[in-house]
Amino acid sequence: MSIHRTAAKSSNEREHALSLLRQMLLIRRFEEKAAELYSAGKIRGFLHLYIGEEAVAVGAMQALTPEDAVVATYREHGQALARGLPAGKIMAEMYGKANGCSRGRGGSMHLFDAGRRFFGGYAIVAGGLPVAVGLALADKMLERQAVTACFFGDGAVAEGEFHESLNLAALWRLPVLFLCENNLYAMGTALERSESQTDIHLKAQNYNIAAEAVDGMDVLAVEAATQRAVAQVRRGDGPYFLELRTYRYRAHSMSDPELYRSKEEVAQWRGRDPIALFDACLRGRDMLDDAAMKAIETDVANDVDWAVAEAEKGAWEPVADLERDVYAGAAAA
Amino acid sequence: MAKMTYREAVRDAMREAMRADPLVFLMGEDVGKYGGAFAVSHGLLEEFGPQRIRDTPLSESTFVGAGIGAALGGMRPIVEIMTINFSLLALDQIVNNAATLRHMSGGQLGVPLVIRMATGGGRQLAAQHSHSLEGWYAHIPGIKVATPATVADARGLLLAALQEPDPVILFEHATLYSQEGESEDETPMQFGRAALRRPGKDVSLITYGGALGKTMNAATQLAEQGVEAEVIDLRSLRPLDTETIFASLAHTHRAVIIEEAWKSGGFAAEVSARIMEGAFDALDAPVARVCGAEVPMPYAQPLERAALPQPEDIVKAVQELI
Ligand SMILES: Cc1ncc(C[n+]2csc(CCOP(=O)(O)OP(=O)(O)O)c2C)c(N)n1
Ligand SMILES: [Mg+2]
Repeated sequence: MSIHRTAAKSSNEREHALSLLRQMLLIRRFEEKAAELYSAGKIRGFLHLYIGEEAVAVGAMQALTPEDAVVATYREHGQALARGLPAGKIMAEMYGKANGCSRGRGGSMHLFDAGRRFFGGYAIVAGGLPVAVGLALADKMLERQAVTACFFGDGAVAEGEFHESLNLAALWRLPVLFLCENNLYAMGTALERSESQTDIHLKAQNYNIAAEAVDGMDVLAVEAATQRAVAQVRRGDGPYFLELRTYRYRAHSMSDPELYRSKEEVAQWRGRDPIALFDACLRGRDMLDDAAMKAIETDVANDVDWAVAEAEKGAWEPVADLERDVYAGAAAA
Repeated sequence: MAKMTYREAVRDAMREAMRADPLVFLMGEDVGKYGGAFAVSHGLLEEFGPQRIRDTPLSESTFVGAGIGAALGGMRPIVEIMTINFSLLALDQIVNNAATLRHMSGGQLGVPLVIRMATGGGRQLAAQHSHSLEGWYAHIPGIKVATPATVADARGLLLAALQEPDPVILFEHATLYSQEGESEDETPMQFGRAALRRPGKDVSLITYGGALGKTMNAATQLAEQGVEAEVIDLRSLRPLDTETIFASLAHTHRAVIIEEAWKSGGFAAEVSARIMEGAFDALDAPVARVCGAEVPMPYAQPLERAALPQPEDIVKAVQELI
């Protein structure tokens, strides 16, 4: 891990490192709880877990300011938490309650927070990319220095909207940071079964976009690459593309029997668990001990408990309000 | 008041909006250097420059999606899609994103986007450039659909659309672009109001867009036969002004709905059903429909003419009703 090469060990650095660890742990514990609540029937619909990929959202989000925008996919609990959406509002949304971050209209796949410029989870594969390009266009036309971070999976790369969006962003030199979460599978389709070129970042280079592949299990590597990329985008040099190589430990969604990959393969990737790796790295640097880890775990557990309590106590939107927010003001007939 | 073409009226409205509001801009295929596939945006690049008159690559889904994103980001985009058949490549963005974001975000986001496109047949462009799918779009809650049929509406509805906080799609019938008329300089009209184009007492002819001219023509022929037809131009398919329709039926007691689109599952079926639900007691005869023939649009002139509703078809439908 890149922290081994870092010389400084200031208390700021430790604080930052522990915050990364805490954020990754929050995503993991939050989702473990969500899976439990799904089995209990509290959460319904599709639930796509991010477990195994935490370093990507947490690492990447460090480079963004509150003025920047985020566009994500249906697998976006990690991004939402890392962007600072309150866990209680996310959990309430997954329950379908009116105090959820989308008033119970979105569920797990459609988390929104306009105030945090979290422009949502998009459940049409690659459907968020054109929107991200447009957000960046607005920023450029209004001469704001903001960056739009657009997360999507390796599966999106096969869609036309991916290619159209990369081309347009590069052509118009728009401030988009494309973040491809390459977890090697689109549902059950392995990357090499869907792409003639499996080095995804090379595709971006063909559109004249600066692009690189990054170890997505190494939170510091993700953070460093994203800082670099964001700095370049913010300078007005056009879009940047990061291919973040990662792995999803859980099923695609809750109903997936995982016929398409071996237990050995999953076990092998679990050997590179981003949280365990970072934990070991911090201990090796004397930044973490059992007591500190226990404190973080307790803190995170409290957050998750609070989130569940918020969701439990939330009210259902009255059915009489079914048709609100279809149009601004009164609904059209 | 000034006399101009429909094309000029659309251009005028865009120019006026862009002069008044720096957030308004236009993007689409060939809207800049080429001057627009139908020459609607001719001259705007020279006045407003390439930042506000943006030629896009051939990528309907992405430039419509970019319009959605730009609207979310605080701009007031107008996106032009060359023709309705090409808009099918952007259906994902229109249906899955533009129409849903306000609701799906629990009211946090809005998409103040205007999409304009040419629609309809009559120019011998065959089965991939001639269809009338605006009824499909009218099916979708979350967007608004308007069909300017006159020069004044071409201007007025576009200016009104730019005041709407939600996505609006304007369907401009391609045969109308060269039509001349008055561009009444009135204050922006309200969305969703139908227009009474000709008063009458014997039958209500309900139509929109490119079929309005043929319907007016039929009404003139009917008048010569002593039948006074009332003509209603819907102007807006969503929302639908049923009030005006019902008010007309209250004194005509008969309705014929005319549209270029195919009859099966078309918008005329929707209007007919609304009449059954809301004005059944006013009817003295079953509601009739004059629609496009159920065939992909053929190229040959006599075939294309036969595939589209013609004044004589409308006259015949009325005669059968009375
Ligand atoms: C356009 C579209 N086609 C198919 C689907 C069904 N689907 C949902 S997720 C998914 C796989 C996407 O894989 P990837 O982009 O790699 O993201 P990941 O799930 O691995 O995070 C598919 C095929 C969809 N949602 N949208
Ligand atoms: Mg994947």
